[in-house]
Amino acid sequence: MRHHLILRVITKLLIGTIMLFALYVQFHGDYSPGGGFQAGVIMAVAFIIYGIVFSLDDVQRVLPPWVVHKMAAAGVLIYAGTGVYSLFAGYAFLDYAALSPHHPVHGQHYGILLVELGVGVTVTGVMVTIYYAFTSRTPILDDEAW
Amino acid sequence: MATEMVPHTALTLVDQLPAFQILASFLAAPLIVVLGSRRLAWPIAFIASAMSLIVALMLLSQVMDGTVISYRMGGWAPPLGIEYRVDAANAFVLVLVSAISTLILPYARTSFGKEIPLRHHTAFYAAYLLCFSGLLGVTITGDAFNVFVFLEVSSLSTYVLIAMGAERDKRALTAAYDYLIMGTIGATFFVIGIGFLYMATGTLNMADIADRIVEQGGNRTIRAGFAFIVVGIGLKVAMYPLHRWLPNAYTYAPSAVTAFVAATSTKVAVYVLLRFIFSVFQPNFLFEFNTLEYIILPFALIAMFAASFVAIFQSDFKMMLAFSSIAQIGYILLGIAFLTETGVTAAVVHLFNHGITKAALFMAVGAYVFSANGSYYDTIQGLGRRMPLTSAAVVLAGFSLIGVPGTAGFVSKWVLVQAALEKGWWPVALLIVASSLLAVIYVWRVIEVLYLRATPQGCQVREAPASMLVPMWIAVLACIYFGLNTDLTIGAAETAARGLMSGSAGMR
Repeated sequence: MRHHLILRVITKLLIGTIMLFALYVQFHGDYSPGGGFQAGVIMAVAFIIYGIVFSLDDVQRVLPPWVVHKMAAAGVLIYAGTGVYSLFAGYAFLDYAALSPHHPVHGQHYGILLVELGVGVTVTGVMVTIYYAFTSRTPILDDEAW
Repeated sequence: MATEMVPHTALTLVDQLPAFQILASFLAAPLIVVLGSRRLAWPIAFIASAMSLIVALMLLSQVMDGTVISYRMGGWAPPLGIEYRVDAANAFVLVLVSAISTLILPYARTSFGKEIPLRHHTAFYAAYLLCFSGLLGVTITGDAFNVFVFLEVSSLSTYVLIAMGAERDKRALTAAYDYLIMGTIGATFFVIGIGFLYMATGTLNMADIADRIVEQGGNRTIRAGFAFIVVGIGLKVAMYPLHRWLPNAYTYAPSAVTAFVAATSTKVAVYVLLRFIFSVFQPNFLFEFNTLEYIILPFALIAMFAASFVAIFQSDFKMMLAFSSIAQIGYILLGIAFLTETGVTAAVVHLFNHGITKAALFMAVGAYVFSANGSYYDTIQGLGRRMPLTSAAVVLAGFSLIGVPGTAGFVSKWVLVQAALEKGWWPVALLIVASSLLAVIYVWRVIEVLYLRATPQGCQVREAPASMLVPMWIAVLACIYFGLNTDLTIGAAETAARGLMSGSAGMR
């Protein structure tokens, strides 16, 4: 018994586009409006809409909860790792010039791309975590449990 | 333009110390989650915390002579970029926070084994490190907005840590929720205050704000900003009428969390208050003078008595200590309200001494919870002989809480009384002594419960394991050491007070 045929077909069509748009917002963010936060939310929307239209089990088969938790942490590591690299290269923490010492302006570009990638990964992870946390809630505790 | 080369001098690792201060724990937290190994979580957390302590001690030794270290985040020069700024005042707090954390982690390992389900352990250490690095960040940064960001990092992880007490007592959930609401209101007020300052000065760098306030003098925008910041931070400090979140949060959180949060989090908030009152705003502004004398001073006095009274009538050792914390914060605020160098010295010394005293006492409570499975007076009665080492620690740390000569608590109260007499406010000095008598009563009640009541029939309680006793006793011995040798604490506090009292000149 499967309802909402149109909704399911359209969702499947949309998901790829949403992800592509997320990547565009992510990596074009230093030239146009956008960046890690927005891209992360858009990327998360692709998974959330899949979860809403199909089911929580379906989306968790694609993106298991443990992966999402690691994503949230890994993004921070990418961000801070960029800073630590510049720190050990003899520059201040998060001074992107370290990424290209002979051409500091290029360094700023590489730096912001890397850091925004970290932001994007973390935001995707956190948004999907919040969705999982709300949809997979167990029923309210009974009086005995208190 | 692209070919223009900016000459760059490589920074040495010593130059990078202010960044390392935050990074050790801030990197370790996501690393623990990514590795996801229960066995590696504790060693990573401990190494990160120990590294922070070493860095903090190195920073303190650099700034003890009154120099100020400035570190530019991302290489952007202040006031546009975020600046990390270390002077005697915050290096002292950095040492306190990282020393307490390093002391509590070995204790936490045993204590959590019993209080927190195994599946939460990795997440727990990650949240703990985030809280720790947030507190360090609040302390070290010289940028007003950055203070807010780190305050949120530490607060949000504190709510999680407190809620983890739900395994033992479900009331931890409501306690954490109360704190979440109150803490968020506090943070909102704080950021509104910063908004006002930004509106008036157009800058977020604290030293720069201070300079511009001096230029334009006090106006309504700045006054509104001051009011919002004092109320916002007042909530985090648990300043007397804004303290309601504290007792439950401390009582129902896991033992080691209580010990850590009680010893560090309110102290860091007090530091922020000091920094804003003395460095960002100028103490010689009339409105600030009035606020301190007519609002903070009376509330500090009320806190000293009201909270002590409530503490006397508690039936839970942990709840009693939580109320005593509110009273002790009263002493710290009193020191600030004197607006003299001695007063600020007293506040800074008491911040440190009360930190180690409360850490020792809350660790002792954790030992009772571990062995006797509770901290109610009915549960721990007569345990003085069954758990001799823990109970002896309670007695000694309790003496420090009262302010018995030869303990750390005495030193700070002595300086506080001195500050009161210096100002000629002898009634205030008498009140300080009188409220210490209330502390005698509530500490005596615990000693009576532990030693003079009979142990219940068939009591199988055993002494807590060494991994809990050793950190506890280090804190107790520190209480006595800093009560006898005051060079380090008073010396650092005097340098800190001088730096703070010189206003914006101290930020140069």
